[in-house]
Amino acid sequence: MTALAASRTRWGEVILRQLFFFCALISVLTTITVIGILAVETFSFFQEVAVTEFFFGTEWRPLLEPKAYGILPLLAGTMLIVVGSSLVALPIGLACAVYLSEYASQRSRHIVKPILEILAGIPTVVYGYFALTFVTPGLRQVFDDVQIFNAASAAIVVGIMVLPMVASLCDDALRSVPGSLREGAYSVGATSFEVTARVVVPAALSGIFAAFVLAVSRAIGETMAVTLAAGATPNLTLNPLESIQTMTAYMVQVSLGDTPSGGLAYKTLFAVASVLFTITLAMNLLANKVMRKFQEVYD
Amino acid sequence: MKNTDLPLLEARGVTISYSGNAAVKDVSLAIYEKKITAIIGPSGCGKSTLLRSLNRMNDFIDNVTQEGQILYRNSDLYGADVDPVEVRLRIGMVFQRPNPFPKSIFRNVAWGPTINRLPGDINVRVERALKQAALWNEVKDRLDDSALNLSGGQQQRLCIARALAMEPEVILMDEPCSALDPVSTARIEDLMYELKQNYTIVIVTHNMQQASRVSDYTAFLESGRLIEYGDTDEVFTRPKQKRTEDYVTGRFG
Repeated sequence: MTALAASRTRWGEVILRQLFFFCALISVLTTITVIGILAVETFSFFQEVAVTEFFFGTEWRPLLEPKAYGILPLLAGTMLIVVGSSLVALPIGLACAVYLSEYASQRSRHIVKPILEILAGIPTVVYGYFALTFVTPGLRQVFDDVQIFNAASAAIVVGIMVLPMVASLCDDALRSVPGSLREGAYSVGATSFEVTARVVVPAALSGIFAAFVLAVSRAIGETMAVTLAAGATPNLTLNPLESIQTMTAYMVQVSLGDTPSGGLAYKTLFAVASVLFTITLAMNLLANKVMRKFQEVYD
Repeated sequence: MKNTDLPLLEARGVTISYSGNAAVKDVSLAIYEKKITAIIGPSGCGKSTLLRSLNRMNDFIDNVTQEGQILYRNSDLYGADVDPVEVRLRIGMVFQRPNPFPKSIFRNVAWGPTINRLPGDINVRVERALKQAALWNEVKDRLDDSALNLSGGQQQRLCIARALAMEPEVILMDEPCSALDPVSTARIEDLMYELKQNYTIVIVTHNMQQASRVSDYTAFLESGRLIEYGDTDEVFTRPKQKRTEDYVTGRFG
């Protein structure tokens, strides 16, 4: 035995090490299980429904006769929400971040930032009712044929919902641009707006883009508000004033109903979930990649 | 000091405070046209703060208050009707660390003149500025490359070119060589000598050799106070104040 050999086994160390490893394992196992179940059920769904019908069919009627399994109406519904909410959240979120990072005094920053964080903490079901009882009546004042459940109202509240995230991530991106760059721009006679629009925002562009992608990804996965406000009518339309159904809202509908487990209708749940999961995963990977590129610039 | 010309820039009883703590205390100083004025002193003596007040760069720092007057051609630089953008068009600046924009070499130099719609051909202007900054030969074949690919010394000369492209009257330099190696430093010092023909330069440095090599006048600041100001030769060889002598002979600082 050498002089430096451990005099005793440190059991506390060993147990804690195992405990931490187990905790890390839980999240990995969960992910693997979810992907596994999705894959198995989706595969068995495609045993009964042709892949082409699923991806190119224009009608989604899995619960009623005559049955149809084209996911396009659900995808279109989700896209309406994504585009609409992006129109709200991206410009306002970026403008908000520009204000916070470039124009606001310390004092107003300390007031606005916490308010934004409160906005992010409001339960999404509250947003859903806000859409139904406030935004939709408002839209009806302006436009003629607005249905009770409609994509526009849901898109607006989803936009408000993701706005704090966009603002906060864009704020981080803008603030990571070194102050020396701003000073350089001011020193050649630039105005605040020129400094912001032509130096700071371009320098932060990849961070801003990553924020946008994450926002879109969240809008795609958003469930409660769209279930409440956008309706449950799978509808292949580009008219935001009509009732639609998103992928997530469909999944809520099936989960809440009395669809027997194991049947084809039940399996649609997993097929739709797979599509949803693939899209959001791709978006998040894209955001990650862009983010990493952006971190390289100023480290 | 024997200069009887009208000063181009003049500080009169200037006190600058950060949240109430005075960094510059009651400094009066005249800066003359087409001369190099060096501001020396130990770290934290307020020399950068004083320099930045000369083109209103302190405007962007929260909680800065300033008393006294800074005159440019005898008019108040901080007057109510003064547009700070106009100030910086005439009084350019080069910073301690090179801070090129993450844009091409060409666009770094062209950016200021373009947004301010300065007259003339922008290509001619960029070439002239890069030549004045002694960078043209090194970059003329790769003007569209990113400025961030240049070496530190080249980046700093690019920043000088960026300032020169605006054709200002005054160039403020805040320790422009502190992040550079001796070779790059020597090039920038040579450059300053050239630029003196056409520009008024104020340079902050804590490198005393540099101040004695390049400047016509030297101001010595300590703890925010102007201890001595005069011809560089006199400040370095026959200082009137004991504190100055101690500092320039390297006894402290």
